Amino acid sequence: MTNNNEKKEYWRWLEYKKIRPNMDPKKANIITAGVDVGSVGSKAVIMLDGKIYAWSVMRTGSNSSDSAKKALGWAMEDTGLTLDDFHYIVGTGYGRVNVPMANRAITEIACHAKGANYIWGPTVRTVLDVGGQDVKAIKVDQNGKVVSFLMNDKCAAGTGRGMEVIADLLKIPIEDVGKVSLSVTEEPKPVSSTCVVFAKTEAVGLLRKGWTKEKVIAAYVKAMAIRMSELIEKVGCEKDFVITGGQSKNIGIVDRVEKILGVKRLPVPNLEETGLDPASAGAIGAALFAKALYEKSQKQ
Amino acid sequence: MVVSAGVDMGTQRVKVAIIKDKQVVGKAQEFVGFEPTKAAEKALEEALKSANISREELEHITATGAGVDMATFADSKVSMMGADAKAGVYFFKSARTVIDVGAEDARAVKCDEYGIMQDFIVNARCAAGAGTFIEAMARALEVELEDMGPLSLKAERASPINASCVIFAESDVVSLIHREEPKSEIARAIFDAMAERVASMVKRLGVNPDIVLVGGVAKDEGFVASLKRRLGIELLIPEEPIYAGAIGAALVAAKKAKRARRRAQ
Repeated sequence: MTNNNEKKEYWRWLEYKKIRPNMDPKKANIITAGVDVGSVGSKAVIMLDGKIYAWSVMRTGSNSSDSAKKALGWAMEDTGLTLDDFHYIVGTGYGRVNVPMANRAITEIACHAKGANYIWGPTVRTVLDVGGQDVKAIKVDQNGKVVSFLMNDKCAAGTGRGMEVIADLLKIPIEDVGKVSLSVTEEPKPVSSTCVVFAKTEAVGLLRKGWTKEKVIAAYVKAMAIRMSELIEKVGCEKDFVITGGQSKNIGIVDRVEKILGVKRLPVPNLEETGLDPASAGAIGAALFAKALYEKSQKQ
Repeated sequence: MVVSAGVDMGTQRVKVAIIKDKQVVGKAQEFVGFEPTKAAEKALEEALKSANISREELEHITATGAGVDMATFADSKVSMMGADAKAGVYFFKSARTVIDVGAEDARAVKCDEYGIMQDFIVNARCAAGAGTFIEAMARALEVELEDMGPLSLKAERASPINASCVIFAESDVVSLIHREEPKSEIARAIFDAMAERVASMVKRLGVNPDIVLVGGVAKDEGFVASLKRRLGIELLIPEEPIYAGAIGAALVAAKKAKRARRRAQ
């Protein structure tokens, strides 16, 4: 039974963690971790000899270093690992300088490029990373190295935070936004793609005009997809194209960006089994950098 | 003797000014709400009442503003920039630049000594450069809108806050309040960021004194202080800056009425 008086938080997405079975940290030579403290989500990935072993995705709190500790702590739960067992830890993301247990901080752009290369392989050339408070279009080479990138971190249009705001307004659970936005029979005219505040005002006006919330969310998601596509077109969209970050799960965004650009993204791998989670691409990249940095330090 | 009216259909309020022989004799404002045309009619009625003038005495009505087409009863239209230029020079003869900061947009207009627009620049794409920002932050800080300005003036520094976007600032404010950051410093950060946006827009147009500041936000002393600091120049502000658009439109209406009379003779 739900209590009607309680204000539901439609933006609140589900946190998750997982350990892959049949892997034994005791037999591993190199244990590394990547901790990606984003503005909205904190992600931790633990790797055994460069293979994903355990991971967690949770909401970032008001304090970056607490969020980093919590995310890694949650990923470590039931693994028997302690912080001392790690050979190297890399912090990344918007709060990367505040990851207390990290040996080093690396920008999330480099980590997302590296992570995408690991998830989808060397054919990836363009990565759209849609984070909580920024959107990045990154061009990468066959080794997962950044060639060039463009970023919008000044404005909520297109970001996950903007999507949360509209989900809350329309009372649509954030996980369902994509699906609901695709349930319209005809694509409506998009709302303002330059400002979430103006888009929100427009959305309220459309609801008053009698539009269904499905139609309104479609108009909003369309506007945000336009915004993201413009960014990708500016760096140039070269195949293979992939989407990382929390909103890679929003099929309303993915579908529309693909249509606007005329390019299909590579499909999402089976994350339950492999841990290849596009939302954790930054943390995966960070854990890989951690392994490489550890190996380098041993050679010296 | 010419009696004319100007109707400024803003995104938030409709403002009406009545002009008789170049003097503002009546004015009124209403929230736009769901029925902008009705709100405009009502504001016009009130303005006429305050001027003690009947509707029949009005020779010409000119409308302006974002919702100009909703003022269906108007005889003519003028651009927002044109109305700003007219009003700026009407308030202060020396005005050569008019900055208008409204609820959802900001503009800067360059004009000549006759109040004719020469050039302009507009931001209507981002809420962080307009009055909406102050409203959203007042809500987030749980402070009355009118208190935001005085509160910000108490601060000696500005909080480190992501003030490039209203949405980001809203989430930042919550954690800053948790950290017991003074509200005054948060308020100042908002005004500084807004002023920065407006100032950079004015600089692109050219800082051409004297500068007149109008629009609803010109009433906010916090914003005015920040903008003065950013531009490094004095700002002239009329007594009721929110009516600038309506007064500018009424001046245009008076001119049109005179021209019509001449044609009739």
